[in-house]
Amino acid sequence: MTDRPAVLVTGLGATTPLGGDVASTWSAMLAGRPGVRALTDTWAEELPVRIGAAVAVDPQDVLQRVRARTLDRSQQLALIAAQEAWADAGTPAVDPERLAVVVASGVGGVVTLISAYETFRDKGPRLVSPHTIPMLMPNGPAATVGLEFGARAGVHAPVSACASGSEAVAVALDVLRAGRADVVICGGTEAAIHPLCVMAFANMRALSLRNDDPAAASRPFDKARDGFVMGEGAAILVLETEQHARARGAKVYAELAGAGITSDAHHIAAPEPTGAGAARAIQLALRDADLAPTDLNHVNAHATSTPLGDVAECLALRTSLGAALDGIPVTAPKSMTGHMLGAAGAVEAVTTVLAVNEGVCPPTINIDDPDDDVDIDVVRFEPRKLQPGAAITNSFGFGGHNVTLAFREASA
Amino acid sequence: MEDTEILSGMAEIIQEITGVPKGDVQPDKAFIDDLEIDSLSMVEILVAAEERFGVRIPDEAARDLRTVRDAVQYIKTTGVAA
Repeated sequence: MTDRPAVLVTGLGATTPLGGDVASTWSAMLAGRPGVRALTDTWAEELPVRIGAAVAVDPQDVLQRVRARTLDRSQQLALIAAQEAWADAGTPAVDPERLAVVVASGVGGVVTLISAYETFRDKGPRLVSPHTIPMLMPNGPAATVGLEFGARAGVHAPVSACASGSEAVAVALDVLRAGRADVVICGGTEAAIHPLCVMAFANMRALSLRNDDPAAASRPFDKARDGFVMGEGAAILVLETEQHARARGAKVYAELAGAGITSDAHHIAAPEPTGAGAARAIQLALRDADLAPTDLNHVNAHATSTPLGDVAECLALRTSLGAALDGIPVTAPKSMTGHMLGAAGAVEAVTTVLAVNEGVCPPTINIDDPDDDVDIDVVRFEPRKLQPGAAITNSFGFGGHNVTLAFREASA
Repeated sequence: MEDTEILSGMAEIIQEITGVPKGDVQPDKAFIDDLEIDSLSMVEILVAAEERFGVRIPDEAARDLRTVRDAVQYIKTTGVAA
């Protein structure tokens, strides 16, 4: 390979429907505990979709009130996850001009936008908060994290719907390889469980209607799956060049070995049915990481529990990995977390890193009757022990975005 | 309206918006240099003061309100005029 720097994962942070930090999220996931619940808000009563996966720990209970009131909920979640990740990394001493941030979201401060309009309409234009724009702009979470840690090597906010969180990690890899930073704080965040967003997704026929059994509603690869469940959350990874991490004696979780990004150019929302674009993303990630399909010991599937998407992903895995796929345990964490949209890829990057690091992957829950078109080894019922080696995680987004990240065990 | 009444109203608004404790909001404190209030929160504070005291504080006037005393005096005089 070239002389580009190896990139290591040295810090993790998350706040999800399963827990307020990485440890609680990971242990709930290994235990197969669902984070999908009935929506108790009064607005949900009248809607056809009354389930969701809200974060387990309300960010307002974590941040100081005065801090929280000028941050959109998506920014609050990103900040909480970033604080955990930065502490977990040992609060690295880094030249601010060599510290970058890449934090994505799918829809940014959409709830801020809606409530600001309600204020405008109900109380008049004068009372529209001067904090509205910083709270709603899609780069707001990235900028909030950048301010928190004084990052001066660039703050980026890639936007690619449900692939955003993974794309942020892929962009961070590029930033480090290009030599534009020594440390990057990267990840994704989302907080869009609002009646308007719920109905906008519901009217696309994208959401599960299994209101009578919330915990069983997100069922990737199961025959009776009927759509995804909206979730919210955030996850952040601290990435460093190997040289920087080794010089400070950092704890290392894994190597971010490669990334693949493609686009379908097929349809604004529907997955390309053969999974060709997704297959290319997987192949590009493997090539970038200098990995063969037989080097993989785990696949974290995007699998959101939609009828079309899950099957297209299986096809993509078969196309890209061939016969090697038969020996690779696959899991779909959205069966527990719901779909955290722009945060999903980042949360699953975190759990894929932990799977590689600890040699175990969580089960996929709610598969009572596997779809006939699913010819992959999906981990069910219990966590699965993994062989040492490498893993990939997939993320796909409306717009035809396909992102695959490849992690492998870091050499000691 | 008495100065003290306006002062305590301003202190409540500032605590609510910025978290600066009410007791720290004293007449000779400068909004930016002493209380470290950022420009966006300052806009929010003045709009809240307008609502509470039934006055108008145009941007040209707001620019001259450096200290808490400046704001209290402005509200007092324009409130009397209105």
